[in-house]
Amino acid sequence: MTDQQAEQTFPITLSVNGVPRTAEVPARRLLSDCLRHDLRMTGTHVGCEHGVCGACTVLVDGAPMRSCLMFAVSAQGSEITTVEGLADGETLHPVQQAFKECHGLQCGFCTPGFLTTISAVLDDNPEPTREEAVEAVSGNLCRCTGYQNIVASVLRAAEITRERSAVAIDEAGR
Amino acid sequence: MKPAPFTYHAPTTLAEALDALDRVGEDGKVLAGGQSLIPMLNMRLASPAHLVDINGVAGLGTVDVDATGVRIGALARHAQVAGHDAAHSVVPLLRQALQLVAHPVIRNRGTTVGSLAHADPSGEMTAVLSLLGGSMDLARKGAARTVPAAEFFVGPLESCLEPGEMAVSAWFPVPPPRTGTTFREVARRHGDYAMCGVAAAVTLDADQRVLSARTSYISMTATPLVLDLTEAVAGKPFDAADWAAAGQLSADQLDPEPDIHATADYRRHLGVVLTRQALTDAATVAAAQPQGATR
Ligand SMILES: Cc1cc2nc3c(=O)[nH]c(=O)nc-3n(C[C@H](O)[C@H](O)[C@H](O)COP(=O)(O)OP(=O)(O)OC[C@H]3O[C@@H](n4cnc5c(N)ncnc54)[C@H](O)[C@@H]3O)c2cc1C
Ligand code: FES
Ligand code: FES
Repeated sequence: MTDQQAEQTFPITLSVNGVPRTAEVPARRLLSDCLRHDLRMTGTHVGCEHGVCGACTVLVDGAPMRSCLMFAVSAQGSEITTVEGLADGETLHPVQQAFKECHGLQCGFCTPGFLTTISAVLDDNPEPTREEAVEAVSGNLCRCTGYQNIVASVLRAAEITRERSAVAIDEAGR
Repeated sequence: MKPAPFTYHAPTTLAEALDALDRVGEDGKVLAGGQSLIPMLNMRLASPAHLVDINGVAGLGTVDVDATGVRIGALARHAQVAGHDAAHSVVPLLRQALQLVAHPVIRNRGTTVGSLAHADPSGEMTAVLSLLGGSMDLARKGAARTVPAAEFFVGPLESCLEPGEMAVSAWFPVPPPRTGTTFREVARRHGDYAMCGVAAAVTLDADQRVLSARTSYISMTATPLVLDLTEAVAGKPFDAADWAAAGQLSADQLDPEPDIHATADYRRHLGVVLTRQALTDAATVAAAQPQGATR
């Protein structure tokens, strides 16, 4: 404990889901641990801590990255989106809605990483083919679902996004 | 697990970075994308006393393209390089290989130069740099040098980078006119490190006959192996050349080690088959190029 107390710390500021947050962290604090321990946002899950499982994936300035393979100090000044930032108030994000409808989760441990990853993929490619949907989730591991329903969720999420924008256009036209 | 404590340096200019590396010498490591280094720190396979984080250094995230080749700066992420259309049009092997490097999310953070500095015998970019005869631009406080690929890789996870030195950029030259390239590999799962991977370059003459057929390999040797297999197919029309013979010719020169993923025999078998497939593809790509094209 004593040498941990002697360890140098750094003040950092991150924008997490649009809210400025500050923390005082040692350089070796992983971004995943900073989110979970320092900022008490436990939506981001930690499985392997070596980049393989994808549970810890968050968006850094819009791009999905492994929060277990980044130091919080390196994220200084970045815009971070975690799973907690996907929903719009009570309205689930299309990817969350799709996971619910398609049974894209069982225990839910892997789910935050899938949701963040897929939301970014759909931003880039709103109409993925089945093959592209498989590729989109190929870097995330799930021990429960067997992936079929997750792939279906990716396709359904794209559909929900289209449905919602059609409704929005309709309402705007009225 | 968590990394052991280290002293953190966050330079904002290349001069500051080289200064910091010079001061910490053997006890220091460069932190680029962290996609190889941080797993090793987390598992405590490495515990350097100092980390010099170059992510805040201005001017390193560059991809410069001209008619002679592509120069990739130390902070250019794999995804940025793979998505660079101008780089793809002069050196297509970059995108061909980068699509096989890990998963998209890892490619958003990991750097191409970092993967070369890491010198993993399973890293696709080591084979690309070696096959194209590229080079690494290294710098230390007060000095700079350029090292050809053949001298840069000295062992598994070992490059000729010295304490206090860092890689500033990597240079990938444009292959000769009428050259086609391709990258083929077999991995247990898509995105995993390959059990065997082959980069191939085939150059044809104006009559679509084979001038040169070369390959390089990952996961087969401690440092990237480049083979010239031209003698099996020299002067043959690209579509009548015996690419299987070229594959066989590679067999005698491939001497892989076994590990938990594959026996040595299986790896050699993969090498032979992938050599044939990669050369066939590369020849087809070369033949499809308009006459007088640069690639
Ligand atoms: C799950 C997973 C799968 C992966 N699969 C593959 C794969 O299939 N193929 C593949 O090629 N890679 C793979 N990688 C590794 C990935 O490509 C890394 O990005 C790359 O190997 C290292 O680049 P980096 O920028 O992350 O370097 P870092 O992790 O920051 O550094 C790696 C090493 O290189 C040194 N270094 C980095 N940059 C410099 C520099 N400019 N000058 C001097 N030294 C430097 C560091 O000190 C360190 O020793 C995988 C990684 C993960 C987590
Ligand atoms: S916890 Fe980060 S990838 Fe597994
Ligand atoms: S739902 Fe349990 S690990 Fe994916």
